Formats: sequence, structure tokens, C-alpha cells
Amino acid sequence: MHAAQQVRDAGYRRWDCITPFPVHGLDGAMGLGRSKVPRFSLAGGITGFCTGMAMIFYMDRFDYALTVGGKPFFSPLFAFPVSYELTILFTAFATIGGMFFVNSLPMHHHPVLHYDKIRRGTDDLFFIVIERSDTRFDAATTRALLAQAGGTDITELEG
Amino acid sequence: MSHAAETSAEATAILGEVRPAVKPRAELVGHGRSFNWITEKICGIAEEKTPVWWWWCFGVACFVASFTVAGITYLVATGVGVWGHRSPVNWAWDIVNFVFWIGIGHAGTLISAILCLLRQKWRTSINRSAEAMTIFAVVCAGIFPVFHIGRVWYAWFLFPLPNSNYIWQNYRSPLEWDVFAVSTYGTVSVLFWYVGMIPDLATMRDRFASVGKTMKARIYGLFAMGWRGSARHWSNYEMAYLILAGVSTPLVLSVHTIVSFDFAVSLLPGWHTTIFPPYFVAGAIFSGFGMVLTLALPLRAVYRLEDLITQYHIDCMCKVILATGTMVGYAYAMEFFIAWYSSNPYEGFTFINRAFGPYWWAYFIMVSCNVITPQFFWFKSVRQNTVLVWVLAFFVNVGMWFERFVIIATSLARDFLPTSWGYYSPSIVEIFTFFGTFGVFSVLFLLFVRFLPIMAIAELKAVTPQADPHAGHGHS
Repeated sequence: MHAAQQVRDAGYRRWDCITPFPVHGLDGAMGLGRSKVPRFSLAGGITGFCTGMAMIFYMDRFDYALTVGGKPFFSPLFAFPVSYELTILFTAFATIGGMFFVNSLPMHHHPVLHYDKIRRGTDDLFFIVIERSDTRFDAATTRALLAQAGGTDITELEG
Repeated sequence: MSHAAETSAEATAILGEVRPAVKPRAELVGHGRSFNWITEKICGIAEEKTPVWWWWCFGVACFVASFTVAGITYLVATGVGVWGHRSPVNWAWDIVNFVFWIGIGHAGTLISAILCLLRQKWRTSINRSAEAMTIFAVVCAGIFPVFHIGRVWYAWFLFPLPNSNYIWQNYRSPLEWDVFAVSTYGTVSVLFWYVGMIPDLATMRDRFASVGKTMKARIYGLFAMGWRGSARHWSNYEMAYLILAGVSTPLVLSVHTIVSFDFAVSLLPGWHTTIFPPYFVAGAIFSGFGMVLTLALPLRAVYRLEDLITQYHIDCMCKVILATGTMVGYAYAMEFFIAWYSSNPYEGFTFINRAFGPYWWAYFIMVSCNVITPQFFWFKSVRQNTVLVWVLAFFVNVGMWFERFVIIATSLARDFLPTSWGYYSPSIVEIFTFFGTFGVFSVLFLLFVRFLPIMAIAELKAVTPQADPHAGHGHS
């Protein structure tokens, strides 16, 4: 965590931490903003609700108005349960789709996936990755920064 | 005035000294196990050579499941008349079994979604298997209404797809609401389960890759979506998970509410009551936790998971059963009270008939299993006796099946006119079909245990003491 703060304060932009579980407070230490996923969810929810209402209006009132027990052809009240379920369905899909989109997943070719030791990043080790494309990247100073931050086993990856 | 000010100043001074008692938080992972131990333990279950007991159980489960296959095949080949439905009881075991299985599914969503929003960390060791249980229970539930249609090849008429009759679905019917509720519920449960599993699938991918099992690493890797544990990804992932929990909570409540609308919207005495939605939701959670314990306790014993499913977890689940069971008992009593208080002769008769009519035996089983059984969980010694907890949880399952049977069959069998009364008993085909669904459920659950991480590995690590970055700083 403190290592992440040091890398952040050194001004790096294109870097990352690899952790086996979500570490409480790490996004703050890395200087990450609030996730953008909720925007997708909101859009999905609104779409779902409107889809439900519009679909029922079109089918039962407009396209083939069916008389059942003298009830009105359309009322937002009886259309509500179905629209409500569609709101949830669309929100769920938008949230997951949005999460994959924001995270650029699926991505099976990321260079860290080809580094043997990173495999323990999903078990019990913690890593910091700094990309060479970062404007402040310099093999020697970056290495020194990571070593000073408490890093052991600093490796350069190709890819 | 000055006196009042003095008193309040004194009170503040005293309050400044009062400190709430420091009560240690219950340990969620026993024996201070390390991150690696958790990974080894959970992944080891899916990685080891298939144990002999698994094959035996799988064989028995397949045999039991064949009863459903046989029952359904016979029904499709002959017609829906092979079930014991006849006027006046045209809705019986099919809808009883449907509501029973859907209700069981609800505890999975409760554990994964509602307890997540309430920050109940004990959910982490049971949420994965409970969510699996949800999905498999929805599969079993779906069988009944779909085949009750009779001509199952027309099941697609339930969905708003254009057909040659140019008629659309009737959205004024709660049965159509149910189609949307249950299909949304099934879909969102699968999504929630899968998203929760992505980091753990990545763990399994990496473990298979490091021992050189390329084929397995590729298959698990495909489903892990290239997850690499990036903190930037975790941040979005946690937000997505929270939102999914946030939408699943109203979803699970709405699904059983809509299931209860199937009855409450009708005019039949005993069905036409406003207490149904909350009563059904409480009953669903009650039965679902019964099933979670029925599954989790043997799993804990077979795989020696005592450090992950601790006594604290069992206590929590027993208390949820106690609370919801008592709510269900209250609903039974309130139904009787309202039947009397409404002065409606049909309503009053229905309830007397439920308890003392031809189905008195079903009512008796229901009350003893659902109201009396959970009261044993007041006692700590009962909650600590795993075998007894398992037996009581089993009774809860039995009781909840009978609850649905009592509600549905008694109301239909004797409604308004004595000339149209009847008595329902199931046919052998119905009994076979229902019996077989336990096999279908077990087959799916055994496959889950064998091939997927049965606990949320990443979440378990996050609730261990060593994962807390504030450890020792005195704040949380």
C-alpha cells in the first residue's frame, strides 16, 4: 500500500498493482478516481424500464388490443411488474458489459500473463507493474524506485 | 435555564468517559490460515483425483434424475392428464413444486446480494455454493410450469415473440409477470454467479498453467476473461459487484412477490390476501437457508472445511432460520385472525377447513416443521450440534413443501359451492417427476463441486485479518 503511494507520488500514470483480492483502500493509494461502471448501469436501467413500458403499450394497446375482463388496454400499473423486471435485467447486463468494457477485458495476451511468477498474483503475492510507455519510465530510476519502495525481485517484461 | 445548561454539561462530561464495550469480531477464517492455504484448500477440491464417494453419489443422483426424465417423457407422449389434476384442483403439485424450488433458490440470492449490501462478511464462505444452489433450484422449478403447459413445444408462446396468430401475451395476468420475473431471476443469478467467479477462475487457470496442464489452463482461462488481478480492474469489478448486489436485492424480493401474486390476485378464499407477498418472501428465505445448511454441512464434513465454515457461520444461518421461521409462524396466525376478523364466511371456512378438514395431516406437518422446528435454534447447544442442525434444516425443507401444498390444494379443493368440492391426490407420474428433480439438482450440484471453486477464494482472502491494511491501527 505504501509502495503504491510512492509510485503514485513519483508521478507515474501507466502503472498497476496486481493483487489476489481487492485491497481495501488501494484505489485511493493509487490515486484512482471513482469507477465509471455506474453510468453504464443507469443507462441500462432506464433503457430496460422504457423497453418494458413501450413493449407492452405497443403489443396490448396498439398492435393487437385484446379485451380481457373489461380491463383497460394499457395502464402503467399492470405494465409495471414486467417493466421492473426488465429494468433489473438490462441493468445487470449493462453493469457487467460496462465493467468488461472499462477494464478492456477479455484480454488474453497481456504481457504480465506471460510472466511465470505473476501466476502467484492470483494466489498470495502482490506486484506493482510500471509500463514502459509511461512518460516517466526510465529503466534505472524506475528500478530504484521500486527497490526503495520495498520491492524484491524486480523484472523487466517483454511484450 | 442555567440549571439545564449545567446538567447537559455534566451529561456531556460523563458521556465523554463512557466507551462502548470492545467486543471482538468473530473470526471468519479459523486458525489464522494464510492466503496460500485458502487457495490450496479450495482449488485442491476441484484439482484432486475424483474421489470414490463422488462417483457413488453421482451415480445415485443420475438414477434419481432419471425419474424426472421418465415422468416427463411419459407426460409429453401421453398428455397432461397423466398428472392427478382434475376439477376442481387443476393446479397442484406442479405449482407446489415450482414455488418450493424457487423459494429454495432465494436464499442464495439473499446471501450473495442482501448480506453483501448489509456488509455481513460471514457470507463469503457460503455465497458461492448458495448461488449455485439458486441456479440449480431455478432449473428444477422451471421444469414444472413448462411441462404443465401440456404441449411443451408451445412454451415459446409465453415470450413476446411474433407468432402466426398475431396475438400478443396478456400483460394483465400475473402469470405473464411470473414469466418475466423467473426468467430475469434465472439470468441475473447466472450473471452474478459468473462475475463473482472470474477472479477464482483466473486463480485456477494460473495454478493449472504452473503445473503444465495447458488444456485445463486454457479452458479455465477462457472463462476467466484474461483476469490478471489488476487493482484498476478490481476497482471497477467491486463497483460492478456492488451494483449487481443492489439490483439483485429488489429482484429477489420482487420474484417471490410476483409468485405470490399468482395466488393473491385471484378471488379464491385463502389466496386472496394482502399478506401473501411478505409472507412468501419470508418463507422463501426460511426454506432456502434450510437447503443451504442441508448442503453446506455435509460439504464441510467431507472436505474438512471447518476453518472456513466455522461455528459462527452455522450460528448465523440458524438464527436467520429462527427469525424467518418465526415470521412464517406469525403469518399463519395472522391469516387465521384476519379470516375471523373479516367476518367473511368463505374465508373463515377455508381456514377451519385447512386445519381440521380432509387435509389436516398436511397442515399438521406444516406447522410442526415450520413453526416448532426453528424454535430449537434458540439454544446454543442445538446450534453447536451439527447433526441435529442438519436434521432440523431437513425438516424445514419438508415443512415448506407442505406449506405450499396446504395453501394451494386446500383452497382449490373446497371453495364456494359444496357441489363442486373435491379431493386431490397425486398420480404416480407426478410423484416420480418431483422425486426426480432432487436427482437433477444433485447431479448439477455434484458437477459444480467437482469442477468449480466452491467458495469465493478472493473474497475469503479479503476477510482474513492479514488482509486488513489498517490492522493494528485501531480503526476500521
